[in-house]
Amino acid sequence: MPFIKIAEEYCKECGLCVEACPKNILRISEKLNVKGYKVVEQTEPDKCVGCAACAKVCPDAVISVYRED
Amino acid sequence: MKTVYEKPKSLNDVHFHYCPGCGHGVIHKLVAEVIDELGIQHKTVGVAPVGCAVFAYNYYNFDFSQAAHGRAPAVATGIKRSKPETVVFSYQGDGDLAAIGTAEIIHAANRGENITVIFVNNAIYGMTGGQMAPTTLVGQKATTAPYGRDPKTMGHPIKVSELLSNLEGVTYIERTAITTPGEIMKAKKAIKKAFQNQIDGAGFSMVEILSQCPTNWGVKPVDGTKFIKEKLQEVFPLGVYKDLSEERKGGK
Amino acid sequence: MAKEFIKGNEAIGKAAIMAGLDCYFGYPITPQSEIPEYLAAEMPKVGKVFLQAESEVAAINMVYGAAGTGIRVMTSSSSPGISLKVEGISYIASAELPCVIVNVQRGGPGLGNIAPEQADYFQATKGGGHGNYRLLVLAPDSAQEMADFTMLAFDLAEKYRNPVMILADGCLGQMKEAVEFKKTVRKEYNKDWTIGRGEKDHKVISSIDIEPEKLEQRNLKLLDKYKTMEKEEVLFEEYLCDDADLVLVAYGITSRVARSAVELAREKGIKLGLFRPKTLFPFPKKDIYRVSQKAKKMLTCELSTGQMVEDVKLNSHKDTEVYFYGRCGGVIPADLELLEQAQKVLDGKGVRF
Repeated sequence: MPFIKIAEEYCKECGLCVEACPKNILRISEKLNVKGYKVVEQTEPDKCVGCAACAKVCPDAVISVYRED
Repeated sequence: MKTVYEKPKSLNDVHFHYCPGCGHGVIHKLVAEVIDELGIQHKTVGVAPVGCAVFAYNYYNFDFSQAAHGRAPAVATGIKRSKPETVVFSYQGDGDLAAIGTAEIIHAANRGENITVIFVNNAIYGMTGGQMAPTTLVGQKATTAPYGRDPKTMGHPIKVSELLSNLEGVTYIERTAITTPGEIMKAKKAIKKAFQNQIDGAGFSMVEILSQCPTNWGVKPVDGTKFIKEKLQEVFPLGVYKDLSEERKGGK
Repeated sequence: MAKEFIKGNEAIGKAAIMAGLDCYFGYPITPQSEIPEYLAAEMPKVGKVFLQAESEVAAINMVYGAAGTGIRVMTSSSSPGISLKVEGISYIASAELPCVIVNVQRGGPGLGNIAPEQADYFQATKGGGHGNYRLLVLAPDSAQEMADFTMLAFDLAEKYRNPVMILADGCLGQMKEAVEFKKTVRKEYNKDWTIGRGEKDHKVISSIDIEPEKLEQRNLKLLDKYKTMEKEEVLFEEYLCDDADLVLVAYGITSRVARSAVELAREKGIKLGLFRPKTLFPFPKKDIYRVSQKAKKMLTCELSTGQMVEDVKLNSHKDTEVYFYGRCGGVIPADLELLEQAQKVLDGKGVRF
């Protein structure tokens, strides 16, 4: 079961991960980080396939991706 | 638990100063991932340009030398000639490499300097706030080309990969982009090859990477990658422009 | 040790190799091209690096790169070429990188000509590039000192982690003289600050400080270095100044002519003396002051329209009469010409500077 971790303080609300996610389960939340950016959040974690497209496109290494064996 | 993706070891755990959606961040990660995978972190010396990436030495977790504007290939030459056992790369933007630093990049390439060059082409001057670059497209607006670049008076975008690939000294040149996860993986593969060439003593390798500058293009990040796909790649076609990596292994 | 009959430029090359030069980055420009030519032939023999760069700008930035790794590195050029390098030199001084920079001065300004001149004194001693930095500047007066000062320069560069300039001129560069190449014992200095050691404690070579307070600290640290240089590294020569009625102040090739003028004068019972700075920065301020108190009259002679004379005046006793005589454009005055000028000053017909 793949899952992701989001280092919210590094997010700059650029939205590249939202567009890249093949499952469309990422979106910009209403939650602000200390810099005032609305951080990304995962809508349906169980649909994540762990492809790490989000992690690849993220300019700030906000998203880490793991796979539970 | 298996890690599919994590911030590479060769990157310090600090915030990038880059704008939201800036391509530099993506490219920094790719270079760091490659250095981790090749296991050369403590042998690597990076050379930072003057431009948005001038602060790269804050982000990378290995030795760095910050060069004067345009002179990174010369600084890298000095380091490589002094300590051939190090892995030296210069990280430069289009203003640094293709404007003020044209002579340095051409001659480092012509000498077949055994270094790796990461050339970030975002067709604009970022750090200074959006001026025209040598790679700014015809018709593209910039603060110093407010009516769009006019080739009659401002010339055409410089195609660096094509220009340098005619030089005998060059071993490997590829132009890539960071528009989609797929393209990003191709860019990483090219970067890895460019570093491997240096380790193998195959000579001068450069990867040109089309990158987005949302702030100075005046677009949202997601539209930035679209601009690359639809406009930049038309003028700067992706692909391998020269590859003598195999033939020149162990040559230097 | 046997002496060798050798050109000043080549003496620099040979001495640099003896000092353990690891990398040389240069570019052709008359009247110093024998330095890269000599090193192009000799460096490969000792397994060291010679590289002719695409420009002086590239060369000084190669020096910046190499100096960051702590090896011994040198470049050489002449006046217009040094102008191209001063941005890089400012970076090198700010990042506190040891290196040796040779300027074999030629006629200026602009393209000028290839004849000798001393018109880069300001550029060499007052910074030349942007920012509060200084070069330690050594001024040889012979092929012997071209060799000796080259070896000294490498040590001083590492001692202070600062660029050291050898300020010669086309005459000294092209002149052949007998030189004894004395092997000096090489002192080792801490290199923990360098990059490329393959260590885990990573270092950054940089001249950037975004916070003004940090940049100020960097400037004050450099200032401390220059103050220490002023205390410990001043070099000069006094010749017959004790009883002199008029002291000629000159460096480099001009001091050779002035020395002859002093001797000619003495033969005629005219009491001239010569004060010759060997370091132009740090300038021999206290010694100029001491000599100027006794001599009452000082005639500075330069191949320029008057540059070092400003420092002579600045540091002379207030009652001392400071005079200047210079030729430029590549013209070198004869000893009789300087003697004539000295006589004019002694006869009260000199023009105060």
